[in-house]
Amino acid sequence: MNWQLLPQFAITGLLNGGPIALTALGLVLIFKSSEVFNFAHGQMLLLGAMVTWWLASESGANLPLWAAIVGALLFSMLLGLLIERLALRPMTGQPLLSIILMTLALSQALQGLAILIFGTTQRNFPVIFEVTNPYRLTVPFVTYNDNPIIVILRQNLVWSFVVAMASVALLWFFFQYTRIGLAMRATADDHETAQAVGIRTRQVFGLSWAIAGIIATASGILIATASGLDLSLPLVVLAAFPAVLLGGLESIPGAVIGGLIVGLAQGLVALPNNQFFLGPETAQMIRNSAEIVPYIILLIVLMIRPDGLFGRKRIERI
Amino acid sequence: MLRPAGDFDRSYQQDMAVLRQRWQYLLLGLGLLALFTLPYYASATTVSIVNRICIFIIAVQGLNILTGYTGQISLGQAAFMTVGGYISALLVGQAGWNFFFALPVAALGAGIIGLLFGLPSLRVKGFYLVMATLSAQFIIPWFTRNAYPSTLNGAQGLNVPVPAINLPVIAEQCFLGTSFNPELGQCVYRFATPGQFIYITLVILIFTTIVAHNISRSRLGRALVAIRDNDLAAELLGINLFAYKLRAFFLASVFAGLAGALLAHNLRHINSETVTLVDSILMLGMLVAGGLGASLGPILGTTLIVMLHELATELTPIVITYLPRTATGATAALRPLIFGLALMLFLIFEPRGLAHRWKLLKSAWRLRPFSH
Repeated sequence: MNWQLLPQFAITGLLNGGPIALTALGLVLIFKSSEVFNFAHGQMLLLGAMVTWWLASESGANLPLWAAIVGALLFSMLLGLLIERLALRPMTGQPLLSIILMTLALSQALQGLAILIFGTTQRNFPVIFEVTNPYRLTVPFVTYNDNPIIVILRQNLVWSFVVAMASVALLWFFFQYTRIGLAMRATADDHETAQAVGIRTRQVFGLSWAIAGIIATASGILIATASGLDLSLPLVVLAAFPAVLLGGLESIPGAVIGGLIVGLAQGLVALPNNQFFLGPETAQMIRNSAEIVPYIILLIVLMIRPDGLFGRKRIERI
Repeated sequence: MLRPAGDFDRSYQQDMAVLRQRWQYLLLGLGLLALFTLPYYASATTVSIVNRICIFIIAVQGLNILTGYTGQISLGQAAFMTVGGYISALLVGQAGWNFFFALPVAALGAGIIGLLFGLPSLRVKGFYLVMATLSAQFIIPWFTRNAYPSTLNGAQGLNVPVPAINLPVIAEQCFLGTSFNPELGQCVYRFATPGQFIYITLVILIFTTIVAHNISRSRLGRALVAIRDNDLAAELLGINLFAYKLRAFFLASVFAGLAGALLAHNLRHINSETVTLVDSILMLGMLVAGGLGASLGPILGTTLIVMLHELATELTPIVITYLPRTATGATAALRPLIFGLALMLFLIFEPRGLAHRWKLLKSAWRLRPFSH
């Protein structure tokens, strides 16, 4: 093992986990309120990031960056409302397969729409956080062959992580201390009881899709600043699905911790080298496994603890 | 089942028959004749589209057993197709087997891998099982890209030989359109063009259709339907849930393996991108558009969705004139867009699929002139 690289890969992985956690939060939000798992979240991210790019770029609307971001957030809020009204509301009370297929169909339709409007070429996403001039940290107390261990942190990674965590905190505050947040939690807990105490559950569903749209665009912008904007953006979201299940489908802290664990694991698999028990081929295989590590975690979670770390235990009654 | 007045079953055999009347045999015969003579009157493009439809029908029939009858939603069907394709490619291309021996082995191999990924169905169901099968969709293509690069050739994938039949030389002549191969000293018939390959596909499709339809009306099929309708009740009736779910997974993957091997030999190439997650979604869409849990469903649904794909290709030039920015990816945009919208409309307005609509039409025809 390249032990001196361990802190570097671990911290980079954790930082990458920030946007994953925010994405996972968007999924949890919708699942909590309406028991729909949104497979179209990745495409909502893509559309949001592309709209931001279009609003900010010179060939598009050429707005200042802050206006572009606000515009994209508004757009994604409308998109979320529209999706809820047109696609998911007719599905109320339908079997699970129909609901899953509806979000899968949505994902395909939105993917097609994104390509139709924005084309397939890779876009230069506007620079939000400075890319050059990375931060350098020295790990205290530990040395490797008498050399200090230095961790290099790209500024955009650090700041996306900070923004992601700030958004998570903001959402947590929203759910915990606002009236609407309370109504949403009540609806998530029990639709009928919530209706009985006078909460308009339809509005709550619409609102949760709108907020999910905003979260999707925010995480889309954060991921695009870190790794560029092209049609592979929805694939990044596929790492958030296992994060959601790891944390537990209904749990907001679970989504964050799950996202961070997935990011950390993806960072750590880059570590093995062939001097450490493994042959060169096996080491190479493990280094290439960043894309499937979330899914291996997922299989382990499903076999050991299907409800995740903080999920609500499902008890079946006859 | 509604029947016109005076149409009775007079024996058990008649009651169990799939085709009950002579005109049904006649229609089936005519339909098969039309399919088998297709290469003689249709263009090569049409033949290859029909070929593709038939291959996907096989995979969707497998998915129908798993999702339609057993109610276990799977997003891994394309991954099991990849397994079948790779096994067949390795056996024919590198071990030198005959395609017709490699095909059942590929199907079985895919079935065993399918069993492995069906194991979580012991503990989880519904949405969680979707996630478990989704993981197959990531792990299997990753494996083909990264494991044993000397054999599997990484992301490049494998070239797959043309299926061939070797026949002995009779009276120093080769019959049935075969040509003499001096290296083997035998007559060889190669299924190279779509017009020749479609015969393999059609024969296997007929076989799988018979198998799939008969599974649905056997003890196995009824047990699977019982599990779908209420798994706890099924267990109380003495159905071993785990064993039957695993059988469903096995059968679905065997069908997928057959389809994957056929697709690989048809395209003459296989890699991890030949069938992807999008195809898994497409196959679920085909199943729902056709009708879940109906033998006719996979056939109607697959035909419709592949036709929609062709429509997207036809529409491409029109889109490019109006949206020049999209010129590079118009087909890539239109296909998912049209498929997604069609599937959404189906889910909202016709959730039981085309097979149900066909059934309604049939009973309306039989009951005419009275509507009830």
